[in-house]
Amino acid sequence: MLTCQQVTRLLSEAQDRKLRLKEKLPLKLHLLMCAGCDNFHQQMDFLRQASRRYSVAPPNADDAE
Amino acid sequence: MNGNDDPTRNALWNPVFLADLRRDLLRFAELQLRDQSAAEDTVQEALTAAFSGQDRFTGRAALKTWVFAILKNKIVDTLRHRQRTAPITSLIPDDEEEGDDFAVLFNPGHHWNPADRPQAWGDPETTFAQQQFWVVFETCLTRLPENTARVFMMREFLGLETLDICLELALTTNHCHVILHRARMGLRLCLEQRWFTPENPTC
Repeated sequence: MLTCQQVTRLLSEAQDRKLRLKEKLPLKLHLLMCAGCDNFHQQMDFLRQASRRYSVAPPNADDAE
Repeated sequence: MNGNDDPTRNALWNPVFLADLRRDLLRFAELQLRDQSAAEDTVQEALTAAFSGQDRFTGRAALKTWVFAILKNKIVDTLRHRQRTAPITSLIPDDEEEGDDFAVLFNPGHHWNPADRPQAWGDPETTFAQQQFWVVFETCLTRLPENTARVFMMREFLGLETLDICLELALTTNHCHVILHRARMGLRLCLEQRWFTPENPTC
Protein backbone atom coordinates (compact mmCIF):
# COMPACT_ATOMS: atom_id res chain seq x y z
CA MET A 1 0.00 0.00 0.00
CA LEU A 2 1.45 3.35 -1.05
CA THR A 3 1.65 6.23 1.40
CA CYS A 4 0.66 9.76 0.38
CA GLN A 5 4.29 10.81 0.63
CA GLN A 6 5.33 8.09 -1.83
CA VAL A 7 2.45 9.05 -4.10
CA THR A 8 3.69 12.66 -4.34
CA ARG A 9 7.07 11.37 -5.49
CA LEU A 10 5.52 9.06 -8.08
CA LEU A 11 3.25 11.83 -9.36
CA SER A 12 6.23 14.13 -9.73
CA GLU A 13 8.20 11.44 -11.57
CA ALA A 14 5.22 10.83 -13.84
CA GLN A 15 5.93 14.32 -15.21
CA ASP A 16 9.42 13.20 -16.19
CA ARG A 17 9.24 9.55 -17.18
CA LYS A 18 6.73 6.89 -18.13
CA LEU A 19 5.62 5.00 -15.04
CA ARG A 20 5.80 1.22 -15.12
CA LEU A 21 2.63 -0.81 -14.99
CA LYS A 22 3.44 -2.08 -11.52
CA GLU A 23 3.73 1.54 -10.36
CA LYS A 24 0.64 2.71 -12.20
CA LEU A 25 -1.91 0.33 -10.76
CA PRO A 26 -1.30 0.95 -7.04
CA LEU A 27 -1.10 4.67 -7.83
CA LYS A 28 -4.48 4.63 -9.58
CA LEU A 29 -6.00 2.75 -6.70
CA HIS A 30 -4.60 5.23 -4.18
CA LEU A 31 -5.89 8.21 -6.17
CA LEU A 32 -9.38 6.75 -6.27
CA MET A 33 -9.45 6.63 -2.50
CA CYS A 34 -7.49 9.74 -1.55
CA ALA A 35 -8.88 13.18 -2.38
CA GLY A 36 -5.72 14.94 -1.19
CA CYS A 37 -3.47 13.03 -3.55
CA ASP A 38 -5.98 13.34 -6.35
CA ASN A 39 -5.83 17.11 -5.89
CA PHE A 40 -2.02 16.91 -5.78
CA HIS A 41 -2.15 15.05 -9.10
CA GLN A 42 -4.15 17.87 -10.67
CA GLN A 43 -1.81 20.42 -9.14
CA MET A 44 1.12 18.72 -10.93
CA ASP A 45 -0.71 19.16 -14.23
CA PHE A 46 -1.47 22.73 -13.25
CA LEU A 47 2.23 23.44 -12.63
CA ARG A 48 3.15 22.04 -16.02
CA GLN A 49 0.49 24.10 -17.80
CA ALA A 50 1.43 27.24 -15.90
CA SER A 51 5.11 26.73 -16.71
CA ARG A 52 4.37 26.19 -20.39
CA ARG A 53 2.20 29.29 -20.46
CA TYR A 54 4.76 31.36 -18.61
CA SER A 55 7.72 30.28 -20.69
CA VAL A 56 6.12 30.71 -24.10
CA ALA A 57 5.82 34.38 -23.26
CA PRO A 58 5.29 35.55 -19.67
CA PRO A 59 1.84 37.11 -19.50
CA ASN A 60 1.80 40.71 -18.41
CA ALA A 61 -0.61 43.57 -18.04
CA ASP A 62 -0.19 44.97 -21.53
CA ASP A 63 -1.00 41.56 -23.07
CA ALA A 64 -4.13 41.27 -21.01
CA GLU A 65 -6.17 43.61 -23.14
CA MET B 1 13.45 50.02 -41.83
CA ASN B 2 11.04 51.26 -44.45
CA GLY B 3 8.65 53.68 -42.81
CA ASN B 4 5.56 52.98 -40.75
CA ASP B 5 3.47 51.16 -43.33
CA ASP B 6 3.58 47.92 -41.35
CA PRO B 7 3.45 48.48 -37.59
CA THR B 8 3.76 44.75 -36.89
CA ARG B 9 6.92 44.37 -38.82
CA ASN B 10 8.47 47.29 -37.09
CA ALA B 11 7.33 46.45 -33.58
CA LEU B 12 10.89 45.96 -32.38
CA TRP B 13 11.66 49.51 -33.44
CA ASN B 14 8.88 50.83 -31.25
CA PRO B 15 10.68 52.13 -28.13
CA VAL B 16 7.76 51.47 -25.77
CA PHE B 17 7.23 47.93 -27.03
CA LEU B 18 10.93 47.27 -26.95
CA ALA B 19 11.32 48.59 -23.39
CA ASP B 20 8.43 46.42 -22.16
CA LEU B 21 9.74 43.40 -23.99
CA ARG B 22 13.24 43.90 -22.67
CA ARG B 23 11.92 44.20 -19.11
CA ASP B 24 9.99 40.90 -19.48
CA LEU B 25 12.98 39.17 -21.04
CA LEU B 26 15.25 40.37 -18.25
CA ARG B 27 12.91 39.17 -15.54
CA PHE B 28 12.65 35.78 -17.21
CA ALA B 29 16.41 35.47 -17.61
CA GLU B 30 17.16 36.68 -14.07
CA LEU B 31 14.74 34.16 -12.63
CA GLN B 32 16.73 31.38 -14.24
CA LEU B 33 20.27 32.69 -14.08
CA ARG B 34 19.98 34.53 -10.76
CA ASP B 35 22.76 36.78 -11.92
CA GLN B 36 21.89 40.21 -13.20
CA SER B 37 24.85 40.83 -15.46
CA ALA B 38 24.64 37.35 -17.01
CA ALA B 39 20.92 37.94 -17.55
CA GLU B 40 21.60 41.29 -19.23
CA ASP B 41 24.20 39.75 -21.54
CA THR B 42 21.86 36.92 -22.47
CA VAL B 43 18.96 39.26 -23.18
CA GLN B 44 21.22 41.47 -25.25
CA GLU B 45 22.26 38.48 -27.37
CA ALA B 46 18.65 37.40 -27.80
CA LEU B 47 17.55 40.89 -28.86
CA THR B 48 20.45 41.22 -31.26
CA ALA B 49 19.47 37.93 -32.85
CA ALA B 50 15.85 39.04 -32.95
CA PHE B 51 16.71 42.29 -34.72
CA SER B 52 18.55 40.44 -37.43
CA GLY B 53 15.61 38.18 -38.19
CA GLN B 54 12.55 40.23 -37.37
CA ASP B 55 10.76 39.77 -40.69
CA ARG B 56 9.71 36.24 -39.87
CA PHE B 57 6.75 36.85 -37.56
CA THR B 58 3.31 38.34 -37.74
CA GLY B 59 1.83 40.24 -34.84
CA ARG B 60 3.29 41.40 -31.56
CA ALA B 61 2.26 38.35 -29.55
CA ALA B 62 3.98 36.13 -32.09
CA LEU B 63 7.02 38.40 -31.99
CA LYS B 64 7.19 38.16 -28.22
CA THR B 65 6.89 34.38 -28.35
CA TRP B 66 9.61 34.23 -30.95
CA VAL B 67 12.00 36.46 -29.01
CA PHE B 68 11.38 34.35 -25.91
CA ALA B 69 12.21 31.21 -27.90
CA ILE B 70 15.52 32.81 -28.87
CA LEU B 71 16.11 33.83 -25.26
CA LYS B 72 15.50 30.28 -24.02
CA ASN B 73 18.15 28.95 -26.40
CA LYS B 74 20.57 31.61 -25.18
CA ILE B 75 19.83 30.71 -21.56
CA VAL B 76 20.58 27.05 -22.32
CA ASP B 77 23.91 28.17 -23.83
CA THR B 78 24.70 30.31 -20.79
CA LEU B 79 23.83 27.48 -18.39
CA ARG B 80 25.99 25.04 -20.38
CA HIS B 81 28.89 27.44 -20.32
CA ARG B 82 28.42 28.01 -16.61
CA GLN B 83 28.27 24.28 -15.96
CA ARG B 84 31.68 23.92 -17.58
CA THR B 85 33.20 26.67 -15.47
CA ALA B 86 31.31 26.28 -12.16
CA PRO B 87 29.49 22.95 -11.99
CA ILE B 88 26.17 23.01 -10.21
CA THR B 89 26.96 19.74 -8.43
CA SER B 90 29.44 21.45 -6.17
CA LEU B 91 26.61 23.64 -4.94
CA ILE B 92 24.04 20.99 -4.21
CA PRO B 93 23.93 19.82 -0.63
CA ASP B 94 24.48 16.11 -0.27
CA ASP B 95 21.56 15.27 1.90
CA GLU B 96 19.46 12.98 -0.23
CA GLU B 97 16.75 12.61 2.39
CA GLU B 98 13.92 12.90 0.06
CA GLY B 99 10.95 15.07 0.83
CA ASP B 100 12.85 16.14 3.94
CA ASP B 101 11.64 19.73 4.03
CA PHE B 102 8.11 18.62 3.41
CA ALA B 103 7.90 15.78 5.91
CA VAL B 104 5.98 18.09 8.24
CA LEU B 105 3.01 17.91 5.88
CA PHE B 106 2.57 14.22 6.64
CA ASN B 107 1.63 12.25 9.74
CA PRO B 108 3.85 9.47 11.10
CA GLY B 109 2.12 7.03 8.73
CA HIS B 110 3.20 9.31 5.83
CA HIS B 111 -0.32 10.35 4.90
CA TRP B 112 -1.42 14.00 4.68
CA ASN B 113 -2.15 15.86 7.88
CA PRO B 114 -5.77 16.98 7.56
CA ALA B 115 -4.73 20.66 7.55
CA ASP B 116 -2.08 20.07 4.88
CA ARG B 117 -4.14 18.00 2.47
CA PRO B 118 -3.88 19.52 -1.04
CA GLN B 119 -6.94 21.46 -2.13
CA ALA B 120 -8.73 21.52 -5.47
CA TRP B 121 -7.48 24.50 -7.46
CA GLY B 122 -10.35 24.75 -9.91
CA ASP B 123 -10.12 25.59 -13.58
CA PRO B 124 -6.53 26.56 -14.50
CA GLU B 125 -7.67 28.93 -17.25
CA THR B 126 -9.57 31.06 -14.73
CA THR B 127 -6.40 31.38 -12.70
CA PHE B 128 -4.13 32.00 -15.67
CA ALA B 129 -6.35 34.86 -16.78
CA GLN B 130 -5.55 36.80 -13.62
CA GLN B 131 -2.49 39.00 -13.98
CA GLN B 132 -1.83 38.97 -10.24
CA PHE B 133 -1.44 35.18 -10.32
CA TRP B 134 1.70 35.45 -12.42
CA VAL B 135 3.26 37.80 -9.89
CA VAL B 136 2.66 35.17 -7.19
CA PHE B 137 3.97 32.45 -9.52
CA GLU B 138 7.22 34.38 -9.97
CA THR B 139 7.49 35.06 -6.26
CA CYS B 140 7.10 31.36 -5.50
CA LEU B 141 9.79 30.45 -8.04
CA THR B 142 12.11 32.99 -6.47
CA ARG B 143 11.54 31.46 -3.05
CA LEU B 144 12.74 28.02 -4.13
CA PRO B 145 16.38 27.22 -3.33
CA GLU B 146 18.52 28.39 -6.24
CA ASN B 147 19.60 25.04 -7.64
CA THR B 148 16.23 23.46 -7.10
CA ALA B 149 14.67 26.30 -9.05
CA ARG B 150 17.26 26.03 -11.79
CA VAL B 151 16.67 22.32 -12.38
CA PHE B 152 12.92 22.88 -12.36
CA MET B 153 13.15 25.71 -14.89
CA MET B 154 15.52 23.73 -17.13
CA ARG B 155 12.86 21.05 -17.19
CA GLU B 156 9.70 23.12 -17.36
CA PHE B 157 10.69 26.42 -18.99
CA LEU B 158 13.51 25.37 -21.26
CA GLY B 159 11.81 22.05 -22.03
CA LEU B 160 14.91 19.90 -21.57
CA GLU B 161 14.41 16.18 -20.99
CA THR B 162 15.14 15.00 -17.47
CA LEU B 163 17.84 12.59 -18.68
CA ASP B 164 19.60 15.43 -20.51
CA ILE B 165 19.48 17.62 -17.43
CA CYS B 166 20.98 14.82 -15.32
CA LEU B 167 23.74 14.31 -17.86
CA GLU B 168 24.35 18.01 -18.22
CA LEU B 169 24.62 18.57 -14.48
CA ALA B 170 26.34 15.22 -13.82
CA LEU B 171 23.60 14.18 -11.41
CA THR B 172 22.28 10.66 -10.91
CA THR B 173 18.78 10.09 -12.28
CA ASN B 174 17.55 9.61 -8.74
CA HIS B 175 19.04 12.91 -7.60
CA CYS B 176 17.39 14.67 -10.52
CA HIS B 177 14.03 13.22 -9.56
CA VAL B 178 14.56 14.20 -5.93
CA ILE B 179 15.32 17.79 -6.91
CA LEU B 180 12.34 18.04 -9.26
CA HIS B 181 10.07 16.52 -6.63
CA ARG B 182 11.25 19.09 -4.07
CA ALA B 183 10.73 21.88 -6.56
CA ARG B 184 7.16 20.82 -7.27
CA MET B 185 6.41 20.27 -3.58
CA GLY B 186 7.71 23.74 -2.79
CA LEU B 187 5.98 25.45 -5.65
CA ARG B 188 2.57 23.88 -5.06
CA LEU B 189 2.76 24.60 -1.34
CA CYS B 190 3.68 28.22 -1.99
CA LEU B 191 0.88 28.66 -4.54
CA GLU B 192 -1.65 27.00 -2.28
CA GLN B 193 -0.70 29.23 0.63
CA ARG B 194 -0.28 32.48 -1.27
CA TRP B 195 -2.88 32.17 -3.97
CA PHE B 196 -5.42 29.45 -3.37
CA THR B 197 -6.16 29.80 0.34
CA PRO B 198 -9.67 31.05 1.13
CA GLU B 199 -8.15 34.10 2.85
CA ASN B 200 -6.93 35.24 -0.54
CA PRO B 201 -9.27 38.10 -1.45
CA THR B 202 -8.83 37.53 -5.18
CA CYS B 203 -10.15 33.96 -5.00
